[in-house]
Amino acid sequence: MSSYRLEIVTAERQVVEVEVESVLLPTTSGRLGIWANHAPLLTALKIGLVEFGPKTGKKRKAAISGGFAEMADNTLTILASSAELAEEIDVLRAKEAKERAQQRLDEAQADWDFARVQIALEKAINRINATDNE
Amino acid sequence: MAQSGRDLKRRMQTVKNTQQITKAMEMIAASKLRRAQERVERSRPYRKRLEQSLGRALRAASAAGEEVPSIVRSNDGERACLIVVTSDRGLAGGYNANILRQAEEFLREHEDVQMVLVGRKARDYFRRLDKPFLADYVYLGDKPNFNQAQEISQVVQEFYRNDLFDKVVILYTHFVSTVIHKTEMQQILPLTELEAEKTPVARGVQPLYLYEPSVGDVLQTLVPLYVDTVVFQALLEAQASEQGSRMNAMHSASDNAGELLEQLSLSFNRARQSAITTEISEIVGGAEALG
Repeated sequence: MSSYRLEIVTAERQVVEVEVESVLLPTTSGRLGIWANHAPLLTALKIGLVEFGPKTGKKRKAAISGGFAEMADNTLTILASSAELAEEIDVLRAKEAKERAQQRLDEAQADWDFARVQIALEKAINRINATDNE
Repeated sequence: MAQSGRDLKRRMQTVKNTQQITKAMEMIAASKLRRAQERVERSRPYRKRLEQSLGRALRAASAAGEEVPSIVRSNDGERACLIVVTSDRGLAGGYNANILRQAEEFLREHEDVQMVLVGRKARDYFRRLDKPFLADYVYLGDKPNFNQAQEISQVVQEFYRNDLFDKVVILYTHFVSTVIHKTEMQQILPLTELEAEKTPVARGVQPLYLYEPSVGDVLQTLVPLYVDTVVFQALLEAQASEQGSRMNAMHSASDNAGELLEQLSLSFNRARQSAITTEISEIVGGAEALG
């Protein structure tokens, strides 16, 4: 089966570089699957999970918090503002972050920047999801 | 004479102590520099990629006649926002002084300038001068991370969108090599100028890109991410330059201390020698008087 190269990079480091057969992207307009030899593409990503691996069988996951993906020359590059592989995520910390964010939303204090807390909550949930059903 | 000898000895000891401190600081700066350098070099390709994609998307948008995000469009106004990146700590040679001089120059040349200050040195400096500033970010630490950069950049973008100023310029120190650091001024917003110059158009057949869901939407996320990255990169460059500058400053301080020590030990020996000579001639003189 034909495979292609996937790179996930952030400004701080290269998260992963592997040969894959299929990648599922969390684009701003829904999930998007990419197979080898896809046409050149540029798409915006939202907070969500990137699933990648062989066409059938176990896939690996990475939690990203927005960015964009570019497919060119049979290489899919994901430039994310932050990205973590599922196996790198500290579940406990993510759960704490989630609780903290939720609490702040519940308290609904005026001095908290609402949108920011919501994003923090979304990110925390996303990271917890990445580690689920391994 | 004995008095002066003791004074010299004491003086030598203080110089020695100072030298030990500057040597330690030099070594610390060297190890931090190594790490900062790695980080800055790792982040450069990311930014280049981003710039290429952004350039491509902007060209595609203008070709398709799509509306570009308001943040890209240029205003003709002269109101500027200046982001000044300095360090929290001193003893880094001319590092902060160079940046602050440039900032002053910018303020003289432009009438309506709002400032965002990064680093304690910039904040303290402008506070002392009683110059107002929009925001300040201090104690970012030795390893600025992307979140910190994002915080700064998003605040600035928010102000920009709310029409507080017409352009945003960042002033930081570019890291060229361990001994060469250049203060650099770079316009972040609007992007238009930068895109036209810096992204090369590849010759030959251009692949036709699909934009999902649309060019406008892609730009909507791409532009803020790019601005975040430029700020992040500036922080990394500044960090590496700061450590490099401190390392060099401390190196020459250690050298100077060594030179001073040499001179002092020379005068100490001379003083000791003359003390002994005097003593002997006194003894000889005394013996002669007795005999």
